[in-house]
Amino acid sequence: MMVDALLAAAILAVALATVAARGTFTATALFIGYGLLLAFAWVRLGAMDVALTEAAIGAGLSGALLLGAAARMRPHRVALDRAPGRAMTAAIGLGCAGVTAALAAAILLLPDPALSLAPQVAAQIGTTGLGNPVAAVLMSFRAVDTLLESAVLVLAVIAAWSLAPKGGWGGPPGLVQPQAQGGPLALLARLLPPVGILVAVHILWIGKDAPGGKFQAAAILAAMWMLAWMAGRTAAPPVSARWLRLVVAAGPALFIAIGLLGWLAEGAFLAYPPGLALPIIMVVEIVLTASIAVALALLVIGPPGRRA
Amino acid sequence: MSAILYGLLGAALTGIGLFGLLVRTEPLLRILAFNLLGGGVFLVFGAVARRGAAAGFAADPVPQAIILTGIVVAFAATTLAVALAVRIAEEPGDAPGAAPGADQPPDAP
Repeated sequence: MMVDALLAAAILAVALATVAARGTFTATALFIGYGLLLAFAWVRLGAMDVALTEAAIGAGLSGALLLGAAARMRPHRVALDRAPGRAMTAAIGLGCAGVTAALAAAILLLPDPALSLAPQVAAQIGTTGLGNPVAAVLMSFRAVDTLLESAVLVLAVIAAWSLAPKGGWGGPPGLVQPQAQGGPLALLARLLPPVGILVAVHILWIGKDAPGGKFQAAAILAAMWMLAWMAGRTAAPPVSARWLRLVVAAGPALFIAIGLLGWLAEGAFLAYPPGLALPIIMVVEIVLTASIAVALALLVIGPPGRRA
Repeated sequence: MSAILYGLLGAALTGIGLFGLLVRTEPLLRILAFNLLGGGVFLVFGAVARRGAAAGFAADPVPQAIILTGIVVAFAATTLAVALAVRIAEEPGDAPGAAPGADQPPDAP
């Protein structure tokens, strides 16, 4: 309880500091700390899968994305809205306090005993062959959500690429990274990727029985690719590359195809034939990992820039 | 009970994030505040998941899976918002109130 109180206080302090921070670099650094502390909160809440995702995506990839954006936007003057005046700020603060109070009241008034779908999951998890209940929900009981989410990533890549400036289309995404000569970046870009790829494969495979799975594994793989890219050891492929587009779309496409086959064979979209659920789920997981990893990395790297 | 504590923390973070979103004017700070808000909402849902611990699971797995999905979708939305902000900032002279050149001081007329 003491640990929880201290952790909650720390998260609250970092959140307040993020909102109050002057510069975007300071705010982003604080936000990365916020994401990591939040991952601890998820551990305390018994949600290990969420903790891993929060640390990898909420803190890691978001942090890299926002630090990069802060650096790119610094030399430019952005058209700013007028900051609200003192009275308006007070009114906004009052309104936000009201939102917090309403949410807090909702938390305190939750029904007792708590509603839960855990018994249903426990009763049906045997049909999936999986041991990790969260993976069973993601890949079987609510597989449509996961399918739509993987499609959202493809749409996000298309939307981000469509922001390419005039003359940038078809070129490599993001800014061209100079090759790092010496220093920690060059060293880590050589040392970490083999280890990271191994860890990612482990997390993907263990995800069927323990916390882990495709999102966490994909985030690690994306980070390894970005590390090599940032150090200038590998050039990002041009957005016109057909294989790149195929990899990004393969996971959701396979998932949809499996869903349609389930419709033909079992009479329901995404229904798995009994006994074959586990192999089907693992194949979809592995292909989705590749697609999600490439999509996440492309989203952090950003749209193609102007060609020099 | 720790679930209630984290639920209340989520409520507070939602308020703080919403405040930052409405009060700050820099695009990146707004995007950051929006993510703070998102973290708060997820935490509220996480408290609900924790209260639903049953059948030998430390927390109800269904909300957990939805939160996981939510984190990834929020990240996709964040990348898109950041790409838009960068594109607007780098657009030469088009953004209203933007200085035409990158090398001019911010207060140039």
